[in-house]
Amino acid sequence: MWARAVWLGRRSWMGWRRGFTSKGDPQVKTGAGRAGGEAAQETERVPPMTPSPASSAQGSGRVTAEVIEHLERLALVDFGSQEAVARLEKAIAFADRLRAVDTDGVEPMESVLEDRCLYLRSDNVVEGNCVEELLQNAHRVVEEYFVAPPGNISLSKQDEQKPFSHTD
Amino acid sequence: MAAPMLRGCCLGRHWALACIDGGSRHGRGAATGFTSSGKRGQSFVAQQPHITAQKSRKGEHKWEAVVGLEIHAQIASNSKLFSGSQVHFAAPPNSLVSFFDASLPGTLPVLNRRCVEAAVMTGLALNCHINKKSLFDRKHYFYADLPAGYQITQQRLPIAVNGSLAYSVCVGKRWRQVITKTVRIKQIQLEQDSGKSLHDELRSQTLIDLNRAGVGLLEVVLEPDLSCGEEATTAVRELQLILQALGTSQANMAEGQLRVDANISVHHPGEPLGVRTEVKNLNSARFLARAIDYEIQRQINELENGCEILNETRSFDYKLGCTVPMRDKEGKQDYRFMPEPNLPPLLLYDTASLPAGADPQQVINIDQIREQLPELPSETREKLIQQYGMLPEHSFALLNEVGLLEFFQNVIKETRAEPKKVTSWVLNIFLGFLKQQNLAVNESPVTPSALAELLNLLDRKVISSSAAKQVFEELWRGKGKTPSQIVSERKLELMQDAEALERVCHAVMEGHPQVVMDMKRGNPRAINKLIGLVRKATHSRADPTVIKEILEKQLSS
Repeated sequence: MWARAVWLGRRSWMGWRRGFTSKGDPQVKTGAGRAGGEAAQETERVPPMTPSPASSAQGSGRVTAEVIEHLERLALVDFGSQEAVARLEKAIAFADRLRAVDTDGVEPMESVLEDRCLYLRSDNVVEGNCVEELLQNAHRVVEEYFVAPPGNISLSKQDEQKPFSHTD
Repeated sequence: MAAPMLRGCCLGRHWALACIDGGSRHGRGAATGFTSSGKRGQSFVAQQPHITAQKSRKGEHKWEAVVGLEIHAQIASNSKLFSGSQVHFAAPPNSLVSFFDASLPGTLPVLNRRCVEAAVMTGLALNCHINKKSLFDRKHYFYADLPAGYQITQQRLPIAVNGSLAYSVCVGKRWRQVITKTVRIKQIQLEQDSGKSLHDELRSQTLIDLNRAGVGLLEVVLEPDLSCGEEATTAVRELQLILQALGTSQANMAEGQLRVDANISVHHPGEPLGVRTEVKNLNSARFLARAIDYEIQRQINELENGCEILNETRSFDYKLGCTVPMRDKEGKQDYRFMPEPNLPPLLLYDTASLPAGADPQQVINIDQIREQLPELPSETREKLIQQYGMLPEHSFALLNEVGLLEFFQNVIKETRAEPKKVTSWVLNIFLGFLKQQNLAVNESPVTPSALAELLNLLDRKVISSSAAKQVFEELWRGKGKTPSQIVSERKLELMQDAEALERVCHAVMEGHPQVVMDMKRGNPRAINKLIGLVRKATHSRADPTVIKEILEKQLSS
């Protein structure tokens, strides 16, 4: 719990700093697709936006800072600039046109393949044993392992908890 | 007693029949650091005081604990759920990974028929309704050992729902009373396993092995019908035996083939349920019971001290023996479930609905799988009780140890000894020796036929039961001798010569006139002294009941 409190504290501090820096330096490069590492967070700068808690951006085309922040964390993508946010808002507005279609009384589809047969494979081993090829794709490798940064999203060191094996 | 607050479950001394990983002795050599099975019983009993410690202070408020479990069982299959790479424990890292398992672009899931059949069979064995149409969904979360960023699972419409699992606990004096309880099963869903992360804190990095990524899992979700760690452990143990009997999962906890998450809350009876916590990754039966009981007690203590229970995820620290909060990966979880676009609905059929002319490789017939259901552990136990007049607790004990039932049946086949005698020898002496040396049944130096021969000798009264134990010890040393050879070499036969025995009895009586006098004066214990003396004189080779007969005859003459 304590750890979470620290994290929240840090997050709000980051938010404040973001607001501050973007005032002084509005010209920020967009780092599209940057992974959320510590370095990325340090340079992450989003212009302050009206933080209206009611994120009823539906139809209005406006996306609040809170929603952006939530999306950034979920997607591990740094929106990075007003321009990226504007692009997102445009995409939402584009998709919102679907709401114009009257779907009352129409049963939703599971998928466009819902009438197709789900093919069943026999339980035979026909793949695998290609570790060399797979690891060619890896940024860093130790022995035959992929190497990932510790933890999930880079949070401050004191936030790091003991390792636990992950299953869900 | 604080125990009553746990719905009487932990009341007094009672032992779970399907006792605490008795069988698999999976501790040996495993990284999780289990102790030997011999110590297990002790530590299980040792945990009781901390539950009861609560009672005296706060007797007026009774607490009731509510426990629900989510159990992940790895499906026993050759290949993974959606790819053709092999399923195998402890293979070289990343050697069992296909391009799909590593989520390379352009790869698509192809469902493994075997996994679907395993899910249907497990559902049927657990009295579930099998959904003829089920759906796959994506559950998103970021973790390095989940390369796609989502897990394919069945959130909206799982393959099986509304089942039940019956399990038994022994209560009462000497645990003679067997109570059968039932926990409802909410659903069984097919889903992918994740890979494994090895945390290298020293170098601040995580090593990823995707061999397990994409292996088929059955997630069995139990309704919160349990009330303490022991009930949970017993229910899980019964599920483990069922899965093993079905062959749908090897369910070996030490290899992570059976993993349990527990949802726990406490409340006063009659009041709404309390805030619950989730204790994750309980990978051994012993820790399962300890973690749940610890967490129940922790919540009671917090509430009685005026604190609140936070809805949080915790993990069990088996070294400290307590649960600790786990940092939530992303604060509030948002799984963003969505229909899996690459997999159409999974349709199953029964004999009535089977489409004419369908490719048998492409349709799954529920009725056909129902016919293939093997005998379930509860049925096996019932048979043992009926066939051999066995006590229920003995039937549990026989099934609890891997291979023990088969050993017992092989002995029974070859011996003329009474089933009760065989049961007693297998469960007390044979199992005792195994436990003492931490061996599995298939590692036993004594074969079923050797034990059968030994029991025949005992049955024909060729040897006494104390001599039989000596022979057994000799067999255990494994010098390759048969019981008969050992008996003749060590001269353990009972004296068959009645006249010789009579002579010995007579000599003993002459040598101890004082004891004979005692007996004639009506001291009933005096005869035991004489029997002991005769046995000593015969080097324990005489049958005490025969000695007693002779002595009584000679005294009355």
